[in-house]
Amino acid sequence: MNTLWEFLSMSDANVRFVTIGSILLAASSAVVGCFTVLRKRALVGDAVAHAVLPGVCLAFILTGEKNPLILLLGSFVTGWLSLILIDVITAKSRIKEDTAIGLVLSVFFGVGILFLTSIQHSGNENQSGLDKFLFGSAAALVGQDLITFGAVAVLLLASVLLLYKEFKLLSFDMAYARTIGLPVRTLELLLTTLTVLAVVVGIQSVGVVLMSAMLITPAAAARFWTDRLGIMVTIAALMSAFCGAAGAFVSFTAPAMPTGPWIVMLLSLLAILSFILAPKKGLLARYLLQRRVRRQMTRENILKTLFHLGEPTAEYEHAYTKQQILERRKQPLLRMNKGLEVLCRQGLVKKNAQGWALTVAGKKEAQRVVRLHRLWELYLTQYLQVASDHVHEDAESIEHVLTPELEKRLEELLNFPTTDPHQTSIPQQS
Amino acid sequence: MNLDAFWIILTGALVAVSCSLLGCFLILRRMAMVGDAISHAVLPGIVLAFLFSGSREVWTMLIGAAALGVACTFLIEFFHKKANVPADASIGVTFTWLFALGIILISVYAGKVDLDQDCVLYGEIAYVPLDIWLTEAGMNLGPRTVWVLGGVLVILLVFISLFYKQLYLTSFDPAFAAAIGISTSLWYYLLMGAVSLTTVAAFESVGAILVVALMVGPPATAYLLTDDLRKMLVISVGCGIIASAAGFYLALWLNGSVAGAISVIIGVQFMLAFVFSPSHGLVARRRRPAVLAEA
Repeated sequence: MNTLWEFLSMSDANVRFVTIGSILLAASSAVVGCFTVLRKRALVGDAVAHAVLPGVCLAFILTGEKNPLILLLGSFVTGWLSLILIDVITAKSRIKEDTAIGLVLSVFFGVGILFLTSIQHSGNENQSGLDKFLFGSAAALVGQDLITFGAVAVLLLASVLLLYKEFKLLSFDMAYARTIGLPVRTLELLLTTLTVLAVVVGIQSVGVVLMSAMLITPAAAARFWTDRLGIMVTIAALMSAFCGAAGAFVSFTAPAMPTGPWIVMLLSLLAILSFILAPKKGLLARYLLQRRVRRQMTRENILKTLFHLGEPTAEYEHAYTKQQILERRKQPLLRMNKGLEVLCRQGLVKKNAQGWALTVAGKKEAQRVVRLHRLWELYLTQYLQVASDHVHEDAESIEHVLTPELEKRLEELLNFPTTDPHQTSIPQQS
Repeated sequence: MNLDAFWIILTGALVAVSCSLLGCFLILRRMAMVGDAISHAVLPGIVLAFLFSGSREVWTMLIGAAALGVACTFLIEFFHKKANVPADASIGVTFTWLFALGIILISVYAGKVDLDQDCVLYGEIAYVPLDIWLTEAGMNLGPRTVWVLGGVLVILLVFISLFYKQLYLTSFDPAFAAAIGISTSLWYYLLMGAVSLTTVAAFESVGAILVVALMVGPPATAYLLTDDLRKMLVISVGCGIIASAAGFYLALWLNGSVAGAISVIIGVQFMLAFVFSPSHGLVARRRRPAVLAEA
């Protein structure tokens, strides 16, 4: 607890720097990541992340020092090169995109590893710390590094903010963007450049391998909470910033712990929670919705069955036993029991000594469903020329979804019919 | 060529052959990145197997990691199909998560697990000759890794030659395969299981990312050289073996990682095929319209 307090108070200047740095790095890559995920280029970020390594090593070999600006430049160049290569390979040969990404990613990384090990074996003392690029270390960010990377992160955020509208259009409707005369090629190039920059900067905190998580995971998670791009970007940035700060805290309490994996771990857990729990789009929400619809359909089917049973004698409020209902319409007994119970509570069905009967309200509801069913059957035979013995199945499913507006349109179209294709009467609205 | 060099090249060649055989099926199914994901995701499996068995017991590790690899493909499918996460994002989220878990486990149990972070990424094939398998009678059977990799390769060869038809059909025409009663998902998961098994066996010597180089590179090169799956398998195996031998000498010359050097050679091979392939290369493509015009 004490350590948490010490961390939060930020009394230590170093802690302050590292925390602010990690938050900036994480947030900027999440913001750019939203656009790459929406444009379905998520794994390209992975390739760029791996391709950065040879650039870093090459910059070091050429200059012999670890100037952050030079390293940044080196990684930027190879990152870019990898993207161009992926495009060239997919455009100029029959190699598919996934293979091209995998190939470029692993070969660039291999080159990087070859350089890195070669440097390590060369005995240059300056080299220690280059391997930090593999797994990242927020705590190693101090002084000049932090200022450089922080500045790039701010630049990234600013350019996304300034060109927000253009990027939005680019992600959702490229053709329209072209029509209204936006410089699509230039914008794409700019967005790609921003992605490469985000990767180059983000690697400082999580390292090469896990960098793609910083781009993909927050964006994928945020997508579950909203349909609006602005909100999605904000959620992704906040999530990442929080995890970045938590990562800095891990670095602070346990220097031996790798920061990057902890940040990614937290982000992934947030993402998985989002996949499951998010309202509307989450697994749970969609499952509950499905269940609700299924139960509603069961209930409507029971009402319909009771109505059908009463139809020959026109005594709709007569009571029937469960056995009779089941004979007329086969269905799982447990599900039917549950349905009847709820219908009772809703006052659509009442129970008496002989069994279950429709109430007045229940009859009205049953009539509505049967009406929709028969209207639809009629529509199918008259307008789509479907044979009358083929229309029942289809009407079975659509009767539960037709809206009152559609019902009205159907009636008008069919000229207020009174009988369906099987010559049974269509119950009229009372 | 001394004995150590021989063992290292042999190990590299064994890894290359296993990986490129499976890689052919992966790239034909457009699942190269799933292979990449598996190669990262087996890490927590290896660490957990280490912790539970308390030793480098080979078969525990193989099984633990293969289970994780298959679990990873399940998760990718689950997020994609059930939770509507886009396919590429689903791959990205899953493998980074599992890999992060693996790295965290390694650091938490740093004292108990004899694996280090860098080794996970690019392995250390140069140490292969040091871990010799001695029988109780004291007979020197050569490096342990070579035996494990050889075993995995034999399993793969049996698997591919016995079920060539099923693998072939489910890769090229899943609809037809399903129609004649071959379960596409069964073969999908079997293939993924084989990929995981190979990855784990190769992990120690070449590391996660270079498994991908070997899985994607030689098959991609072969794909540019032939249209016949059998020839593609043979060519990619050949490329893999050449790459591992040439890579060893390149690494020796630059005093760097053998695994890194192997993937450099793989890149060079691909570039050559990309430009000069008689059927699908850049040069041939450029010349073809002219030939048509003459005819």
